[in-house]
Amino acid sequence: MNKNKVTTMAAKKLSLKEKYSLLTRDLDWEFSYQDRKDAFPMEEFEGIKITDWSKWEDPFRLTMDAYWKYQAEKEKKLYAILDAFAQNNGHLNVSDPRYVNAIKLFLTGISPQEYQAHQGFAHIGRQYGGVGARIACQMQSIDELRHVQTQVHAMSQFNKYFDGFQSWSNMQDRVWYLSVPTSFFHDARSAGPFEFLVAIGFSFEYVLTNLLFVPFMSGAAYNGDMATVTFGFSAQSDEARHMTLGLEVIKFLLEQHEDNVPIVQKWIDKWFWRGTRLLTLVGMMMDYMLPNKVMSWKEAWEVYFEEAGGALFKDLARYGITMPKYAALVEKEKEHISHQAWWTFYTHGHATGFHTWIPTDEELDWLSEKYPETFDKYYRPRWEMAKKLEAEGKRFYTKALPQLCTTCQIPMLFTEMDDPTQIAYRDTVYNGDRYHFCSDGCKDIFHDEPEKYVQSWLPVHQILQGNCGGPGVEQVLSDYYHFNVGADNMDMKGSPDEKRWKQWKGVA
Amino acid sequence: MSKVYLALQDNDEARYIVEAIEEDNPESTIIHQPAMIRIEAEGYLVVKRETVEEKMGRDWDMQELHLSLITLGGNVDEDDDQLSLSWNE
Amino acid sequence: MSVQAIVPDYRGVVRDRFENFHGNQLVYVAWDKHLMFCAPFAFPVPPEMSFKSLLTDVATDVFAVHPEFDQLDWSKAEWLLDGQPFIPQLDVALKDQGISHKSVLRFQTPELKGYMGADI
Repeated sequence: MNKNKVTTMAAKKLSLKEKYSLLTRDLDWEFSYQDRKDAFPMEEFEGIKITDWSKWEDPFRLTMDAYWKYQAEKEKKLYAILDAFAQNNGHLNVSDPRYVNAIKLFLTGISPQEYQAHQGFAHIGRQYGGVGARIACQMQSIDELRHVQTQVHAMSQFNKYFDGFQSWSNMQDRVWYLSVPTSFFHDARSAGPFEFLVAIGFSFEYVLTNLLFVPFMSGAAYNGDMATVTFGFSAQSDEARHMTLGLEVIKFLLEQHEDNVPIVQKWIDKWFWRGTRLLTLVGMMMDYMLPNKVMSWKEAWEVYFEEAGGALFKDLARYGITMPKYAALVEKEKEHISHQAWWTFYTHGHATGFHTWIPTDEELDWLSEKYPETFDKYYRPRWEMAKKLEAEGKRFYTKALPQLCTTCQIPMLFTEMDDPTQIAYRDTVYNGDRYHFCSDGCKDIFHDEPEKYVQSWLPVHQILQGNCGGPGVEQVLSDYYHFNVGADNMDMKGSPDEKRWKQWKGVA
Repeated sequence: MSKVYLALQDNDEARYIVEAIEEDNPESTIIHQPAMIRIEAEGYLVVKRETVEEKMGRDWDMQELHLSLITLGGNVDEDDDQLSLSWNE
Repeated sequence: MSVQAIVPDYRGVVRDRFENFHGNQLVYVAWDKHLMFCAPFAFPVPPEMSFKSLLTDVATDVFAVHPEFDQLDWSKAEWLLDGQPFIPQLDVALKDQGISHKSVLRFQTPELKGYMGADI
């Protein structure tokens, strides 16, 4: 399609490499009357040493003209499908109305983090002395903005017909479980520019987002949700580029100076752990919230972390980088965390902005099959108990607020992995105050920078300090979280969502 | 040797790309999943512009791959004629 | 280094100081091996509250929904305070027996095995 243009201009078409070089090398300039350190004041305080920015290379060699051209094409395709989805009442084609609750969690838990990623990359893109890095961050920042916008647009169709979609922007830094992803990004954004890049660009994008987008989006397709699969794959086409940059960043930092190696390793350890904790929510979505299931969390973890991540860390071994600390522990956790998390949400279902439910008998059997070592022994009895209580008209909701981990902000729901009947407790005393953690990983992170994490905005403690309205939980939910209490929360059974679905489908 | 991989959306364009990849990488494995196609190979995988153009019957820019790409694993090297994935071990 | 900051001597605001809880302190309470309750509970209570009052006025309502609660004999429960064995004094104030702000109290009932004997 470029052929006409090239002949009429009669100019030699530049190769990818030439175009990229013109953009990222020849656009830079020397500082003649200003000190370079004043221009890039954040470049040194983290201890990272950069000796030659010109070694930064984008393997895709993407230039702005190509970027806009292909992004525009992606958008056109996406919005054509979103129009078709809305015009054809696509919301009626989902497998089961329970499915929509996974999308509510996506909109409230993940989309606002796309916006934080946009802000983060915009910020760090200003902080690097090298043009290649600045261009890459600029593109990623625009990508992330596109992601939040397309996600909100795609899910707006569901907002017309289902509860729980109305106040995601208000909820994201207030609601107890949403503080988990929000504080994850606050942690990264309040770090220096290189830590942010290792945290989000490498540890999150390269090592972990596949687990979020690929099986989950494939799951959306399998559950008849054309809108979500389309924005998901459209976003993921950008992610493939982000992942590649994430890997290049790591190699660049490690090749620049040997002193960077231990710093980068520490960040990989930290953000791998933080990322796996965050992905507990995704594991729960895959195992419990998708009515038609593509693969279990455990299988996804094996394909996208153990296999893909294993290959990656073998590749990085030549720099002296090792597998993230606690990778062996996480291998045990894949058997447990999705079950422990969904039980937590089920038992706190009065305080969630989406519906929860007991898995059907077929789903319980699927879980037994996928988790032969653990499900029947440790987790099925909980659902037998829940079924019995529900049958007696006593659907179980806990009556008090849970203790949270200071670092990841998740309720202290994780057990010792060698004894899944025992909650894991870790604590420390710092400057006279006691702090609690769900794991050694979270405790290590606190210990490394206590002055950062003493500031954790823990939703339960904020409620108990009276900073979230009240006095009762119900007022917090309605006035501070902006839930429609009685519609957004509680069990799927008997919910307005369920009632409307039955009317649309003409079943009693 | 570890696996490199590439996942593409299951759409009309990608089907030709997958055909081309299969031809240029006889050792690769093609896995069909809902809405996506995953291609994996031991150590090395290449997408060649010429082969894709042959399959599609039209000019094709390497960067058009981005329109169908979902994810990949391995070190990327791209120029006007090919995109390759590899691990250094 | 206690934080990686661009300014020297950076100190964070301690958000959960005792002073922020309007006269209450936080106490976390858990019933070990009873995972019907997915995590310990966080209770804001006056430091002057007696241990007995913590059990009867605060904890009972929350734990009573468990099918085994009727068989629970508080006098036989074994306690851990911040991970260490602990013998509570029922009529003594929390603050006077070492239960401080953000302490964890766990009780164990080895004869009660949880729902279906599954530590639930």
